[in-house]
Parts: sequence; C-alpha cells; structure tokens
Amino acid sequence: MTKTITDVICPFCGTLCDDLEVVVSKDGKKLLEVYNACAIGAEKFLHSQAEDRLTRPRMRQEDGSWKEISYDEAIEYTAKILTDAKKPLMYGWSSTNCEAQGVGSEIGEYVGAVMDNTATVCHGTSLIAVQDIGIPSCTLGEVKNRADRIVFWGCNPAHAHPRHMSRYSIYPRGFFTGKGHTGRKMVVVDPRVTDTARIADVHLQIEQGRDYELLDALRVAFKGEQLPDVVAGIPKEKIIEVADTLKSGRFVIIFFGMGVTQSLGKNHNIDAAIAVTRDLNEYTKAAIMPMRGHYNVTGSGQVWGWQFGFPFAVDLSRGFARYNPGETTSNDLLRRGEVDAVFVLGSDPGAHFPFSSVKKIYDLPSVAVEPHETPTTEVCKVHVPVAFVGVEVGGCAYRMDNVPIETRKVVDAPEGMMTDEEFLTRVLARVKEIKGI
Amino acid sequence: MNTVTLTIKNQPGLFLEADSISPDTLAGKKTDEITSLPVYIGREEHRLGDFFEVSGNAGATAADTKIIVKGDLSRVKYIGMKMTAGEVVVNGNADMYVGAWMAGGRITVNGNVDAFAGTGMRGGEIIINGNAGNYLGSAYRGDWRGMSGGKITVKGDAGSDLGTFMNGGEIIVGGNVDVHVATHAEGGKIIIKGNAKSRLGGQMVEGEIYVFGDIDVMMPGFAYREDVELEVDGTKGLFALYEGDLGERHRKRKGQMIYGKLYQLIRP
Repeated sequence: MTKTITDVICPFCGTLCDDLEVVVSKDGKKLLEVYNACAIGAEKFLHSQAEDRLTRPRMRQEDGSWKEISYDEAIEYTAKILTDAKKPLMYGWSSTNCEAQGVGSEIGEYVGAVMDNTATVCHGTSLIAVQDIGIPSCTLGEVKNRADRIVFWGCNPAHAHPRHMSRYSIYPRGFFTGKGHTGRKMVVVDPRVTDTARIADVHLQIEQGRDYELLDALRVAFKGEQLPDVVAGIPKEKIIEVADTLKSGRFVIIFFGMGVTQSLGKNHNIDAAIAVTRDLNEYTKAAIMPMRGHYNVTGSGQVWGWQFGFPFAVDLSRGFARYNPGETTSNDLLRRGEVDAVFVLGSDPGAHFPFSSVKKIYDLPSVAVEPHETPTTEVCKVHVPVAFVGVEVGGCAYRMDNVPIETRKVVDAPEGMMTDEEFLTRVLARVKEIKGI
Repeated sequence: MNTVTLTIKNQPGLFLEADSISPDTLAGKKTDEITSLPVYIGREEHRLGDFFEVSGNAGATAADTKIIVKGDLSRVKYIGMKMTAGEVVVNGNADMYVGAWMAGGRITVNGNVDAFAGTGMRGGEIIINGNAGNYLGSAYRGDWRGMSGGKITVKGDAGSDLGTFMNGGEIIVGGNVDVHVATHAEGGKIIIKGNAKSRLGGQMVEGEIYVFGDIDVMMPGFAYREDVELEVDGTKGLFALYEGDLGERHRKRKGQMIYGKLYQLIRP
C-alpha cells in the first residue's frame, strides 16, 4: 500500500513549485514516485532514496582517505575551527530553510564570521543594483494574471527554471490574460539561440557583453532621442520596434538571469535594466524580477536583511555588520587570503567557484554540511551529511518573488540523521560553551 | 610640522585594518601612545606597535602631523581613512580604502593602491604614483552621493568603476582605465590621458569626462555635438564633444537641457 501526498513544495529552484504530488510507502519511510515536477525537481526527491547515500559525518585522514566520525565529533570540529579562526567564512545557505539560516547567523555573530550566500556568484550583483536605485517588482501571481509583455534577458528558463513559463510567465491563462500565450508577446535577449529564444516572438541576438549598451539604447528609444545605426549588434529599427512593443503592453515584466548579472558590468547591467523598467512606468505598468536559482537563496537574503541589514557578503568580524561586495564577497576573501577557516552549508562552491578559490578552501580548516557528495565535500576536511530540506524536513523558503512558502516533509530521513537546523543548534551551543557565553 | 614614521616590521597573517593611520587619530600623541593605538585582524584587536616600528611624535593638530609609512603595505587597509588635514606619505603598495571618506590634507602613495581608494571623498588630495584598483573615487555601496570634492591624481592606470555617483571634485588618470567611468555622475571632472574601454558616462546626469586616447565602445546614449578647442590639464587641442546620457533624466537650466559632457581629443 502507498499513500499520495499532494501540494508538495519543490526544493530545487527559485520557482518553488507548490503543486507536486509525491507517492510514499505506507510507513512513510520510502519515497516512491514524484508527479508534476520537472526532471530536475523529481531527481532531487528521488535522489534522497539513493542506496549509497552517506548517513554519517566523515573526516579526511592524512593519507587522503575518509574516516566515519560521529555527529558529536563533527560538531566539536566545526565549533573549534570557527572559534579558533580570526575571520572564518560561513558560505552557502541557499539550499536550506530560513530556520537553519537564522541559527547560522547567530553562530556567525558569536565567531565574527563573514556570512555570504550563493548570491555572491549569482544575483548578488542584482542586490547591489537594487540598493543603488531601488526595484519596481511584483509577485509571480501578478505576472500570471496581468503580464502581456514578457522579457527574458540573459536567462534560459526552459532549462534552468523548467516550469516557470508554464506556471507563471508564458502559457497560463489568468484573470486578465485569458488567451494564455497567444495574448502575450515574448522577447528574449540572449547571444545564444537557446530553447527559450526559440519560442520567443522576438529574439534579440545581442553581442556578448553589450547588455548595458542595449539597455541604454532602449531608454534612448523610449524618449525618442537619436540612436546610432547599430547597438550591440542590433539594428536601430529593431530596437525602436522592441521599445514600442514594450510601451504598448498593459503590463511588462522583465526577468533576468546570470547572462547579465555575471557578465561584463555585472550590477551596472541590472541597474540599467531597472532604469528601463522605471522608464516604462511612464507609459504603462512594468516590473522586473531576478530569476533566483537555489530554492531559498532569496530566503537567506531575507533573513540577513532582517538581522544585519544586508542580503549577502556580511562581514561581522568587528562585531558590527559591514558590507562591500568586492571586499567582503567569498571569492575576493578566499583569493586574497583574508579568511582562515571555511564553513559551507547548502551550496557547492567546489563546483562553481574559480579554481584559485577552491584551492584556498582545500588549504584551510573546512567543513561542508551537505546531503550529497559534491566537489565541495571533496576539498573539505569534514563532511556532514544532513537530511534534505523540503523532502525529509520542512521549513520556510522564499520564492524568487519574495513570497515565503512553507516547505513540507514527505518522508523520514534515514535513521539517526540530523537536519541542518539540529546540527547548527548543537554547534551554536558548543560555540557558546567554548567562548564562555 | 612633526613627522611620525611607521615602518612595517611584521606582516599580518590575514589583513590588517589600520584606520588609526591618519593624522587626525595621531594628532597630539607621543610615540608610545601611537604604538598602543588599536588595529584589527578579523575579530582580534592588536596594537599598532605589534606590526609597525614607530618613531617620532605627532604634531598638536592633524594639520601639524605628517605620517610616513614604509614597507610592503599590500595587506594593510584604510590608510588615511576619514583624514581631514595633515599629510600621509606611503612608500610602498597599499591595500584597499586609501583615503576613503577623506575630507582634507594630502596623501601621496609611492606605489600601487588596491580598490576603493578615495571612496566618498569630500576634499583634500590623493596622489598615486603607481596604479589604482577598481572603484577609485566612487561612492560607497548603496550611497548615491559619491566623491563630492578634492582631487585624485594617478600616474599609472586605474581599474573599473571610476568615479561612480561622482558629483564634484576631479580625478586625473595618466594611463588607461577599465570599464564604467562616471556612471550615475551628477558632477565632477574626470581626465583620462590614456585609453578607455567602454561604458563611459553610462546613466550620467551631469559632469565632464575628457579622454586623450581611444574609446573602444561609445555609449549609445551619447550623441556627437561639435568640435571644440580646449586646454585640459596643460594639453591644448581639438576635442570632439559628445553629450549624454540621452536615456537618463536631466535638469534644465534657463530652459536649456543640461547633459553630461564627454570630450575626446582629436588632435593636440
């Protein structure tokens, strides 16, 4: 006998789909099937059932082999490296719940850590731009029900957020968007012909790294000022045509991704895109939204924004919060040798950071708290496997539009495994003991 | 003017935050008092004397105090931060935030500086005889009031994000610059004697940029107006005047729209 759990939240990407159905065994110990999820989301659930999954912490030995250790020993090691360090880096936080992020922030305060999340190599630049000029945004519900001009700039939801277009942005029929995709105009700006670009009404195949110029050209076109004949490889006529298409919409939404946040200019590209959105509000209603990657990277920004006033790259070493991407961001800290211990939770810098940074993690005392075996766990001294948030334990997560959604537990974790929050709570208690607080 | 000499004797394992190295902090202090000023490595507080050999006494006021810092300071941050008067001479390379939020006095660096030099500068003078890093004379994160006064002169090259949100003062770069010059500027003057790459004057409201060399890509929001004869920092020549950023908001003065101005040297 099996039972089906409905309305399950998917803990994979920032779209945070909330309509999954999961079939589990009657005793709730085995997860059997996943419905409604995209291929990546389904795999995340099914992977929790892997036969070869690690269920106990392990420590790297001198000869390079792993030795299984107890959670107590892992807690002791973690608390010790954090309290011994002058300036530890506590990185990750995007694939866990807000409850764990809250406990982690408390540890960070006691040990004077630099707290950074995956936004540092992702949408952190968007957050810089938001701080510089603000952001006119909306929820995905508004997009579904109102938006009739959809722009995907430097992002490829067909692969990175597979259900985004069907649930919110292109296909659904909403209150004022009864015709579904036939009533919407879709513009994709991307130097490559991606699967998203293939289904667009207009694909602006922009020259690599010229986004800032094209955004500026759109602003010039809105105002009817003179333009050069070609900007970023796009003819003037085409730019004016797209500007008119956007102006004529009832509700414009610009989604943007890594193609603009991490290419030349970074935060300036987003700054200009927000300015385009602001300008469009002179003619119609317009909003802009980052396509956040990890399912709860938005949540870690929320938690830290609330606790420290800054959404990422928060330096707590002097006892007060400081923030300056370029100095307090993980890769700058690692490559310059500004930190002397590394704690990673719910992220995989080993796979996504430059080699020069990863090498520094390898050289330093380091812990990775992570359910999977990843390139990060390979370079860390201690690996602490934990329960999957959103599968084996619930907790709060924030969708890409800053809407909090409570994830659900659908299956038990393997016997004796800790959750992120439980592990961190024990580390916090030990840190307080060591510091005599 | 009294001179205090600081010679680095121990390199910090990580990076040293030495905002104490400023005439304002040193003013009125004797050698042993200066030795015990606080510096920070991560969350640990140390004494200036743990890392520097200190000699000489400071003057009674900041204006009477000259600080000479010697040695490899490439792991020392915040030299001359928030200084209002006096003089700092750095004989070596310095790390981030040299002269950040500086309001007066003079800093001379006989070497290179890393990023964020002259952040939010209000007055005084910074002379860098080597290269400067990114964010020279820019606003601090999230601040829309960048450099508002003073003068920064760099002999060599400067990095990206030069003079972001600048609204006063002057920056002269002897060499080349990277992308993003005077982004969001509402005033001030930037002179680049070498080449520039792209994104000059993006979202610029007001202010002046002079480029003596090449510009790889001109912003589409800048339109050519006319050729003008000018003398810029001792160089006379014919300059092409571009105005922009046409996409950005602009003020009107006497019914006339005021744009940011970008001058490119055609021939000396």
